[in-house]
Amino acid sequence: MSDQAYFDYLLRLGDDSLVLGQRLGEWCGHAPTLEIDLSLANVALDLIGQATYLLGHAGTVEGAGRDADRLAFHRDALDFRNCLLVEQPNGDFAQTMARQFLFSTYQRLLFQELAGSTDADLAAIAAKAVKEVAYHADLAAGWVVRLGDGTPESHRRMAGGMEWMARFVDELFVMDALETGLHARGLAVDRAGLRPAFDATVAATLAEATLPPLPAHRPVTGGRKGHHTEHLGHLLAPMQHLQRTYPNAVW
Amino acid sequence: MTGTIDAQAVMDVLATVPDPEIPAVSIVDLGIVRGVDAARGAVRITPTYTGCPATLAIEQAIRHTLAAHGMGHLSVETVLSPPWTTDWISAEGHEKLRAYGIAPPSGPASLPAGCPRCGSMRTVEVSRFGSTPCKALWRCQDCLEPFDRFKCH
Ligand SMILES: [Zn+2]
Repeated sequence: MSDQAYFDYLLRLGDDSLVLGQRLGEWCGHAPTLEIDLSLANVALDLIGQATYLLGHAGTVEGAGRDADRLAFHRDALDFRNCLLVEQPNGDFAQTMARQFLFSTYQRLLFQELAGSTDADLAAIAAKAVKEVAYHADLAAGWVVRLGDGTPESHRRMAGGMEWMARFVDELFVMDALETGLHARGLAVDRAGLRPAFDATVAATLAEATLPPLPAHRPVTGGRKGHHTEHLGHLLAPMQHLQRTYPNAVW
Repeated sequence: MTGTIDAQAVMDVLATVPDPEIPAVSIVDLGIVRGVDAARGAVRITPTYTGCPATLAIEQAIRHTLAAHGMGHLSVETVLSPPWTTDWISAEGHEKLRAYGIAPPSGPASLPAGCPRCGSMRTVEVSRFGSTPCKALWRCQDCLEPFDRFKCH
């Protein structure tokens, strides 16, 4: 039976992973060193793997015959439900790592909770992925510290990366009516409840990196309703080009 | 038909399918094969990592190998729970990894790994974050060779 609210929730989770995985893929062949290139590509693969499972599950819940590929390649930007943080441009390596640190720290807490979802399929995906996300978070935190507590130039760049990304953090923890209802059913996580642990981890890492606390910003939201920044369309165009031009093309 | 399936015979065939990324070990050695459900005629497999790009290649290799042994009627199912860990790698898999030059998973990263080349325990970690999430980069202080160490996961 179709459950529109739960379908939307799974799109939110799956689109976060898909869009960030696609963004990180842009680094392939361009990263500062070969090892970092491979690390970023592996994180991107993990995220796209998450998206494959989450969107596949969304398609099953929807019950309209759409699979993960159909959902990834044949929706327009307005129909994507990812948060604004993941669609932000890579910028330089520091900005990419600032985004990764903030997102993976959040996603680690989220998946820890989702592993207890009353939906056994979602719980299995989260339990599988959370160990990998812990790696992403540790990898990114290491670079935040290394660049923040590095040279004046690397410090300036990491501070700039955090400055860019900070305004998109609040959206990660917004509970709307849809998620409040799903939380009551034991399916979804209370995002707001994750905030204290997130703030503590971020504060500790920024302090170790000799960086200032996250700057206060008026929060920018809207991704969960399909109100995206201009960057998402530019990301989707090359990603969807082949399937839009040759629908249902296969290898 | 389903009553005639010999689960051990199926496992023996699967043990000939190499892992695409570390061909020295089989998908059975790595614990990718969860088992054979003889009653339902299904082979159950699990991905090592969510984003493992070899997952599709492994499934295709399994189908191909089963078909070549007259077992093409078996289905292949992916299960996520319980999640794969390095504990699923068999003792034989550990030996094959070592012979291939990769130190098998062995307890916390704070303890030194045996050099897969000369066996020395005088080894140091070069980088905790190797080229893939499953491996760290180590170096032997006796034979001076660098080597990959499979991380406990
Ligand atoms: Zn040695």
